[in-house]
Amino acid sequence: MLRREALRVVAVEQVGTYTLLRVARGSLDPGTPGQFFMLAAPERVLPRPMSVCAAPPGELWFLIDAIGPGTRALCTLQQGDPVQALGPLGNGFRLDIERPLLVGGGIGIAPLPYLSEALGQPRAVLGFRSGRHAEAAELVPNAEVVVDPTLVTEAMPDGYDVLACGPKPMLDAVAAVAPGAQLAWEAPMACGYGACYGCVVEVDGELKRLCVEGPVLCAA
Amino acid sequence: MLLNASGCLDALTAPDVVRTLDAFVTKTVTPEPRAGSQPVRIAETDHGMLNSIGLQNPGIDRFLDSVLPRLAELGVPIWTSVGGVSPEEYAYMCKRLDGRHEIVAIELNLSCPNVASPEGDAAEIVTAARAATDRPLYAKLSAAVPDLPAVARAAGDAGADGLSLVNTIRGLALDERTLTPRLGPEVGGYSGPALKPVALAAVFACYRETGLPIVGMGGIATGSDALEFLAAGAVGVALGTALFADPEAPRRVRRELDEQLRERGIASPSQATGVAHVARTSRAPVVAA
Repeated sequence: MLRREALRVVAVEQVGTYTLLRVARGSLDPGTPGQFFMLAAPERVLPRPMSVCAAPPGELWFLIDAIGPGTRALCTLQQGDPVQALGPLGNGFRLDIERPLLVGGGIGIAPLPYLSEALGQPRAVLGFRSGRHAEAAELVPNAEVVVDPTLVTEAMPDGYDVLACGPKPMLDAVAAVAPGAQLAWEAPMACGYGACYGCVVEVDGELKRLCVEGPVLCAA
Repeated sequence: MLLNASGCLDALTAPDVVRTLDAFVTKTVTPEPRAGSQPVRIAETDHGMLNSIGLQNPGIDRFLDSVLPRLAELGVPIWTSVGGVSPEEYAYMCKRLDGRHEIVAIELNLSCPNVASPEGDAAEIVTAARAATDRPLYAKLSAAVPDLPAVARAAGDAGADGLSLVNTIRGLALDERTLTPRLGPEVGGYSGPALKPVALAAVFACYRETGLPIVGMGGIATGSDALEFLAAGAVGVALGTALFADPEAPRRVRRELDEQLRERGIASPSQATGVAHVARTSRAPVVAA
C-alpha cells in the first residue's frame, strides 16, 4: 500500500557541500536502510527519490546534493515548509550478514548513517572528490575516508560482506573486487512505484526497475 | 470516465491505484517482446518531462498467458494498447485479443515518438485492425502531424470507434553541464503541463471534425484541467505524468472535478462535454440553465 503525506521541514543544515533536510515523520513508516522516499520538489513537475539518511525519533533525514533543478528546489525548503513524501519505497539492504563493511562514494553515502546504526556501527570506507565534500563523513561512524584520486576500492579490506552505494563506476569497481556485494543504485526516476519504467539500470545484462526491484541489488 | 494514459501505470505493482480508475489502459503490447530503450530513460524539464521507454513489454504471447489473467483479477475494465510496425501487425494483435473477454477496448498506439513510425497511415492501420476485431477500437494519435483533424476523420471513416488524444510529442533535453542529450536514446516523448494547450487544441478540433468519443490526455493534473478537456469535447480523460508525481492523483482529480461540476450546477461530466463549442457566442460563465 502506497503512503503519501505532507510532512513538515524541521531543519535544513549544511554538511560540507551537501544539505541535510530534516523533516517530521508524520505517520509515515521510516522503512529500512536503503529504502527511499519520493519528495515533491517545489515548483517541479516530478518528485525526487531520496534514500533515508537517518530516522531519529519522529524524524526522517535526507542528504541532498544540489546538482540539478529538483535537488536545488528541495534545498530551498525552509523550516516549517510542507513537503509531500511518498514512501518508504523499494527494497533496502539485507541486514542478516556476518561481517559488514559499508562503502560509499560522494552523495552515495546518503543511506549509510541509517545503515550503520542498524548494523551496530560497523567499519566503513568512504570516498569523496574533495576535502569539502568529505566533511559529510562525520555522519558515518567508524569511517575511513579517502579523497580523489584515491579510490575506495584501494582502501577496502578483504574478507567483509560489502554494502555499497555510490556512482555507477564505483559500484562496478566494488562488484569486481567484492562479488556478492549489496549495491544501492540510482537512476533518474519519475514515479518511484513501478509505473514509469524509467529507472532501469543494466545489471548483469538485464534491465532492472530500480524502484521495485532495487534500489539495492546483489552483484553477481 | 477517468483512465490512465498508456504506459503511465503498472497495474500489477500498484493495484490500489488502478482501483481508483474507471478503466485501466495497459502499456503498449507488441507482437514480440521488447527490451525497450537503453537508459537514461527519464528527464524532467522545466514544465514537463521527457521519456523514452521504447515500448518495453513482454510481447503478446506472454501478455495473454500470464499478464492479462492477473489484470482481470483487479476487477477494473481493461483497455489493451497495441503497437506494431505495419497494418498487418496491428491486425494480428487485434485478432489475438479479439476473443479475450477480459478486455473492453483496444487502443491502437499509432503515435509512439520513441520507435520508428509504422508502415501505412492511420487509416490503413485502422482498416486492418477493424477487419480483425469487433471490439471497440480507439486510435491514439499525436498532435505532431500537419492536419490532425483530417487524420482523425480518416481513422473514424476506417472504423475507429473513438480517439485517444494526445500522445507525447518528440522533445530533447540537454545536460546543463555537458550540453549533451540527457536521455540514452537522445530524444524522447514530451508530456506534462506544457502539453496541455496542445492536447486541448487537438481535442477541440477533432471533436468538431469527427464527433467521435474522445479520451483526452496531455498535462491533466487537476479537476479544472479535466473539466477543460470535457468542455473541449472529451467524454473521458486520462492521467499520465500526474500519476508519476502522485499516485493519489486519480482520487483527487475526480473529487476536484465533482466540485467543479457541482459549483457550476452541471449534473454529470457528460453534460460538460463539448460546451466550449457553444459557449463562444455568449462569453457568459458556463453554468447549467
